[in-house]
Amino acid sequence: MGLPPVFVGLVVYLLLSRSGPLGVLDTLFTPTAMIAAETILAFPLAAGLTSSAVRSVPPALVLQVRSLGATAWQTRAAILKHSRRGVIAAVLAAYGRIVAEVGAVLLVGGNIAGKTRVLSTAIILETRRGEFDLALGLGLVLLSLAFLANALLLRLEPKIYR
Amino acid sequence: MEYSGRRVLDVPRLEISAGEFFGLLGPNGSGKSTLLRLLHGLEMPSSGSIELDSRPLDERLPLAERRKIGMVFQRPELIYGTVFENIALGMKFRGWKIDGRIEALLDRLEILHLRESFVHRLSGGELQRVALARTLVCEPQVLLLDEPTANLDPYQVGLIESILVEFHQRHRPTVVLVSHNIHQARRLAERVGLLLAGHLIEAAETDRFFEHARDGRVRAFLAGELIY
Repeated sequence: MGLPPVFVGLVVYLLLSRSGPLGVLDTLFTPTAMIAAETILAFPLAAGLTSSAVRSVPPALVLQVRSLGATAWQTRAAILKHSRRGVIAAVLAAYGRIVAEVGAVLLVGGNIAGKTRVLSTAIILETRRGEFDLALGLGLVLLSLAFLANALLLRLEPKIYR
Repeated sequence: MEYSGRRVLDVPRLEISAGEFFGLLGPNGSGKSTLLRLLHGLEMPSSGSIELDSRPLDERLPLAERRKIGMVFQRPELIYGTVFENIALGMKFRGWKIDGRIEALLDRLEILHLRESFVHRLSGGELQRVALARTLVCEPQVLLLDEPTANLDPYQVGLIESILVEFHQRHRPTVVLVSHNIHQARRLAERVGLLLAGHLIEAAETDRFFEHARDGRVRAFLAGELIY
């Protein structure tokens, strides 16, 4: 689940570079390359946590759902619904991983203004420039987005406190 | 039926008539729950066959037919959600319109006030009643009951039993009731059988089973003298 981000960025860079096997796609230093790298980083985390949540469902529950006349797909949907707290946690963890990522997106995106510069890479840039106020402001925006995403996703979780 | 080479159930023949209320007694580990799972089609026998209306109960049987069987488990497991969501589950699987029958059942089971409660907050007795409701709401034509009143107080046992009797009288499903409670089996069942170590020792009409059982092990079991 914990792939080293810079290594992932390096691998994606080598794949997408002009001399790489996927160089014909001409996607290096584009948002597409950044999305590809972020997907590789986030997927194992999301999949691992979701798998863990689903595997912790008691086999007896699966049997009893089947006994209610569920088809195979209905059973899977019901089990996912039962595991939704774990799935939400997986989504939040993956989101947190993605918004905080710097190394991989810097490598494959290039931090190009107006094209591939994102909040995390902009914070790095402004900090290096000595523009600490701006960097802090960008950091607060990033933090707010993270809180907002958490708040929205947690609304999907049923109220358990009454 | 075998698990890892160990034979847990060996019933050469058991015939239950349509609309019959059959009680199955036996000590822990005698294979009663296994038999119920086989009768539902949740497990396939390692040898032999199960038939529903003279048709093999397996994947070849259309889903609509298999959905006519409902089961209440000894230890209910419910989906994380509200009581209403859990009871509506079987209806949603069938594509039925969610109507007032859920509230009517909840009211009859005296848990209407728990409609929007989350199931993880329920007591054991309340969980058992929700589990019964989620099965009955689908109006099964074959109803399999695995200790449906285990861990319930006498009032709740009486309530569940009266609901089962009403349901049986109104819909005439075939009922197989597994119970440790021999008095419950005597009250409810039209025919009773005894399972010991996976073997069906005897099955007879209720009065004859309790008053004039042929097999000595049945008489000893009913008297509480059987050592197993």
